[in-house]
Amino acid sequence: MVRADVLRFGVTQIDQHLPGGGLLNGALHEVAGDGPDVEHGAAAALLLAGLLARRRGPVLWAVMRNDLFAPALAAAGLQPDRVIFAEAGSAVLLVMEEALRHPGLAGVVGEVGRMGLTASRRLQLAAEGSGVTVFALRRFRRAADPALAEPNAAVTRWRVAALPSPPPIPHAPDVPGLARARWRLDLMRCRGGVPATWTVEACDAQGRLALVTEFSDRSAAPAQQRTAG
Amino acid sequence: MVIGAVDAAAGALGLHVGMALAHAQAMVPDLQIADADPAGDAAALGRLAAWCLRLSPMTAPDTDGVWIDATGCAHLHGGEAAMLDSLLGRLAADGMTARAAIADTPGAAHALARHGAGLVTVVAPGGVTRALDPLPVASLRLAADAVATLRRLGLEQVADLAALPRGPLARRFGAAVLQRLDQAMGRVAEPITPVVPPDMPQARMAFAEPLLTAESFVAVIGALVGQVCTLLERTGLGARHLDLLFERVDGTVTAIRAGTARPSRDARHLGRLLEEQVETIDPGLGVDALRLAVPFAEPLAYVQVANLAAETEADVAMLVDRLSNRLGAGRVWRAAAVESDVPERSVRHVSAVAPPGGAAWPAWPRPARLIHPPQPVQMLSGLPDRPPTAFTWRRHRHHVRRADGPERIAGEWWRRDAEIGAVRDYWQVEVEGGRRFWLYRRGDGNGTESGDLQWFMHGVF
Repeated sequence: MVRADVLRFGVTQIDQHLPGGGLLNGALHEVAGDGPDVEHGAAAALLLAGLLARRRGPVLWAVMRNDLFAPALAAAGLQPDRVIFAEAGSAVLLVMEEALRHPGLAGVVGEVGRMGLTASRRLQLAAEGSGVTVFALRRFRRAADPALAEPNAAVTRWRVAALPSPPPIPHAPDVPGLARARWRLDLMRCRGGVPATWTVEACDAQGRLALVTEFSDRSAAPAQQRTAG
Repeated sequence: MVIGAVDAAAGALGLHVGMALAHAQAMVPDLQIADADPAGDAAALGRLAAWCLRLSPMTAPDTDGVWIDATGCAHLHGGEAAMLDSLLGRLAADGMTARAAIADTPGAAHALARHGAGLVTVVAPGGVTRALDPLPVASLRLAADAVATLRRLGLEQVADLAALPRGPLARRFGAAVLQRLDQAMGRVAEPITPVVPPDMPQARMAFAEPLLTAESFVAVIGALVGQVCTLLERTGLGARHLDLLFERVDGTVTAIRAGTARPSRDARHLGRLLEEQVETIDPGLGVDALRLAVPFAEPLAYVQVANLAAETEADVAMLVDRLSNRLGAGRVWRAAAVESDVPERSVRHVSAVAPPGGAAWPAWPRPARLIHPPQPVQMLSGLPDRPPTAFTWRRHRHHVRRADGPERIAGEWWRRDAEIGAVRDYWQVEVEGGRRFWLYRRGDGNGTESGDLQWFMHGVF
């Protein structure tokens, strides 16, 4: 049984591309960093925090290593009060499956390395049973670990890569400082859909993403457009 | 009349156990004496053993001490030495001087607690023989006349006794001496009979035919949990700890313990917590009785479920219980903000069912992954107040495109003297390709009083 409701990105172009209009609830989704960020999955973790910020209720976050920094979750909109951390060591998959039997959760995130076809099917079935959305945040010590490309039962598979950000003040590129970070979201696989790529601005304090349009980091006109919109 | 026990002050005056009372009163005219009360002592030791149930599911009073079966319990209390230290600390707070030891065998722990060098002795697994060798033979719980004979023969230490051939030893002293020696060395099992306080909610089932399979245990657990929950309901309590004791046909007792984050008397939930651990039990030749006891319970009022949100809360407590029992207590937690600017100290772990609240989270940018401890990086940086331009981290060269900073964080001198005047300047940098890192420089760049200007990687955004 798959519940009809979905977790929306809040970005029309992405939501319209996905079958159902967002990430299906009660299903397994895979998110990983890209290139050297596979090791930390930092942008991927922030994306998940931003997505889960839109739900209400507690979130279970199972980690292998205890390096997730709670203030960053708060900055992406997910109040750490809502997050139950489980230091699961090598038992992350077990902990995720256990958590999926409890329908009261807004979501389950597990930081896993290897996740075979069988393990991912078990997670998918457990998620279908309870209607809880589960995210596998894949982490590997090596950037190009072949295990990351192995097939699994996730409904969608995403890669989040950091992109160079534009100057903080578009018309004064020499002013030092950092603008909102930019990510490239690669939808590598999507059940009932086709792969796609978007460039977005990273989650803000409420966890909202914003699509970067083709011409937004050119000169004056798009800047006006942004203030108007 | 003779002296049966002395306290530290009396010991300092030269009094000792076994001294004639008249002699002692002659030495210390205003000596305070109290009649020995063996029954009262035994009752107090029984209460102490019941109190020690918070450490382990199996404790028992001895003639002059308390047995604690610490198998699989120490990690819940921060390790064996830490567990004993905190135990002695709590006893000392109640005015009791105590000594404690942990060893592979009850006999060795008994000997080391009474004759060991320090107040707390922890013998690593396999180290019993070496730890016992220098102790006096009296430490082996031998009869007084056997000890006297051994000492007359020049056998002062356990090592002397252990070196003798067993045959003549048994002929000369009887089987009792050999048995004590074997018990201490772990060659003979020595089960302890756990204390059961009468006012503790508990249920027991005995069987004509010994049980062997996990399925049968699960069925019995269901029945026992139901009985215990009825008892708890009558007293308005909810279980925080559950001990399930397996009484095996060979007389030994093994136990599993489950804990809950909030008091609970939900039979299904408590049953599942225990069932998950049944696999770890070795039934031996069979189990002829099971006993379920609740050594730690807290008041649990009836709660009216006001809305659906409240129901969700209860559900999380159950999940927390199950994960804590699987992973170990302290590995399931929530993060709470601490009012500290030093990043490593700005988060603390609180109970996963603690009410939300506390300090506010920092408004400054903070990385998603904190690299702890911070890793040194080789930095190519011109002026102290300018952003870094390039750095090498883990043999990988990064060119900085843009940077934001510095955010200056001063050391908390009220915590450690070493932090007086210490300063860290944090920079958020974006390198070629777009990844963002959190770097800091130790020191403010003006001289070296505030730090040695070494750069560190502290986080990944």
